[in-house]
Amino acid sequence: MAESRRLQARPSPADRPVSLLRMVATLYGSRIRSQAAFRASFLMDLLGQVLIVGTEFLELWVILSQVDVLGGMTLPQVAVVYGLGALAFGIADLLFGEIDGLSTAIRSGKLETLMVRPVPMLLQISSLDLSLRRLGRIVVGLAMLATALAIAGFSPTPAHLLLVVLAPLAGAAILGALFTMAGAMQFWLVDGREFANAFTYGGNYVATNPGAVFPLPLRAFFTFVIPATLVAYTPTLALLDLTGPALLPQWTGWLGAPVAILIWIVAALLWRSGVRHYTGAGG
Amino acid sequence: MTTSNDPAIELRALRRDYVVRGRRRTTADAPHETPDDPSRTTATRGPRRDRAALGARIPRGVRGARRAQRIIRAVDDVSLRVDPGEAVGFVGANGAGKSTTIKMMTGILQPTAGHVRVLGRRPVPERRRLSREIGVVFGQRSQLWWDLPLRDSFRILGAMHRLPESARTARLSRLVEGLDLQDFLDRPVRQLSLGQRMRGEVAAALLHSPRLVILDEPTIGLDMISKEGLRRFLREDREERGTTLFLTTHDMSDVERLCERIVVVNSGTVAFDGPLAGFRESLGAPRELIIDLAEPQERLTLPAGVSTLAVEAEGIRHRIAFHGSEMTVPRLLAAVGEQAEIADLSLAEPAIEDLVREIYARGR
Repeated sequence: MAESRRLQARPSPADRPVSLLRMVATLYGSRIRSQAAFRASFLMDLLGQVLIVGTEFLELWVILSQVDVLGGMTLPQVAVVYGLGALAFGIADLLFGEIDGLSTAIRSGKLETLMVRPVPMLLQISSLDLSLRRLGRIVVGLAMLATALAIAGFSPTPAHLLLVVLAPLAGAAILGALFTMAGAMQFWLVDGREFANAFTYGGNYVATNPGAVFPLPLRAFFTFVIPATLVAYTPTLALLDLTGPALLPQWTGWLGAPVAILIWIVAALLWRSGVRHYTGAGG
Repeated sequence: MTTSNDPAIELRALRRDYVVRGRRRTTADAPHETPDDPSRTTATRGPRRDRAALGARIPRGVRGARRAQRIIRAVDDVSLRVDPGEAVGFVGANGAGKSTTIKMMTGILQPTAGHVRVLGRRPVPERRRLSREIGVVFGQRSQLWWDLPLRDSFRILGAMHRLPESARTARLSRLVEGLDLQDFLDRPVRQLSLGQRMRGEVAAALLHSPRLVILDEPTIGLDMISKEGLRRFLREDREERGTTLFLTTHDMSDVERLCERIVVVNSGTVAFDGPLAGFRESLGAPRELIIDLAEPQERLTLPAGVSTLAVEAEGIRHRIAFHGSEMTVPRLLAAVGEQAEIADLSLAEPAIEDLVREIYARGR
């Protein structure tokens, strides 16, 4: 009784403005529902994605059937890197994958309709163009990660368990920031889709390979400039207690989260200046 | 803070240039180029002097490029003040600068020069805050979710504007009733006819009860019935809530039915700004009186300054042109009545299209 009296003092839920969380949930929820409306095509898309990811891994498998180790790693260990990378990429692709269509939205004028709404454009693009078929990569990545960890002799400590949860999320954040930066570049480039795809799919390639296979200058580039090795490779080193190559000691496996925060600051600044350029230069 | 005393829209000496990067060519070619319309192209030069003309607006990477650049002035010195509650029709030919002006008002484009305030806010830096208080319809682009039932678009937009559930449902039922959306509320937007969709677009723009409604070609492509329904509701909603209405259109009857004030833009500048009623008189365009006589008569003797345009139906129907400043309808009728019995009459106002054309012709 006391509780219901207290509730009466506040406006009833129907009279309260929608919370930020509810708003975000509504945006994503409606997008998911609109895709679920086409169930058959959704399932086909999903299956296609699963096949693509599987085929990509086949490439590594073929290499490892010729040599015993790749970048100092055995097949199960490479599979851990691949699974972790695919999982992180899948999450990033699900949430930010449609940013490469920004130049199309600019040219068609669709961007203008997004600009007259009180919601950040990045959130609108992320939710309104969310494509559920990208779940396929997440499913495959998760399955591969679990299987490969078991085969590779994963002996979890509490710290390892924390890392195995944190690493895909931090990796997704890093890749998502890269996607956003590539997307923001399209405010300057008239037809930037190819350029953006170089980032997205290039990032995926680097993230899902053992970092030690790259020669030192490249390794440095993909760690300090584009931190793709921190997405899956170095977390795998830490998870499986392996010794890393030069530049990438085992403890760098924990760098994902702090680096994700840093790179998001850069990505947000770039996005803002892209929007500013757009309002200045016009379509 | 914004107060209700602020003008709804205030534009002062507003200007907007576009830089058009042409094909690669040598600077020597440039002087020979003759642009289509010299008055619209303010500069055709090599890169360096353009940079000076535009200040820091040209990105650095362009410095070395030997590309011809043309600066198109889309809006040139537009000044306008719209008070809260006014309804303004903003008309002009294609490319006159209407859409560019609207983009500067909604924060989509930054003005090259000049001053713009909408509901007391600077549109570009305060774009998102402003978007909570204005409703915009771009007639040629959709705000709705294509694959979802129309109803869902309102739910999403309600969430975006953080409307309380009760406020959203109350407002929506008013919009559904006023715009007659009930029959297709549950149909996916992609299945709607153009007229149905446009009514949905207007409802989407009005859902958050904006103080200022900006409509860019809201009736384009609609049939007469849809147009009328839309106009009727826009008038009702404005009466109920005292909103400010800013409308661009090609259809002059939109302006006549919705607005009290008309602003004509031509080549990026304001060519006319005043009440719709005075618009015709100030131009001195002739009005037309159509008289049907009871008995046919070949010709009527008319007072000075009044002329017969045509005699039709074998002398029954006479079309007479006169100027409102020189002659009133009763005096004209009295003059005709002395000569013949009048069976019927009607008065045709000059079409605004003709008046706008007249303004354009004078501007030349």
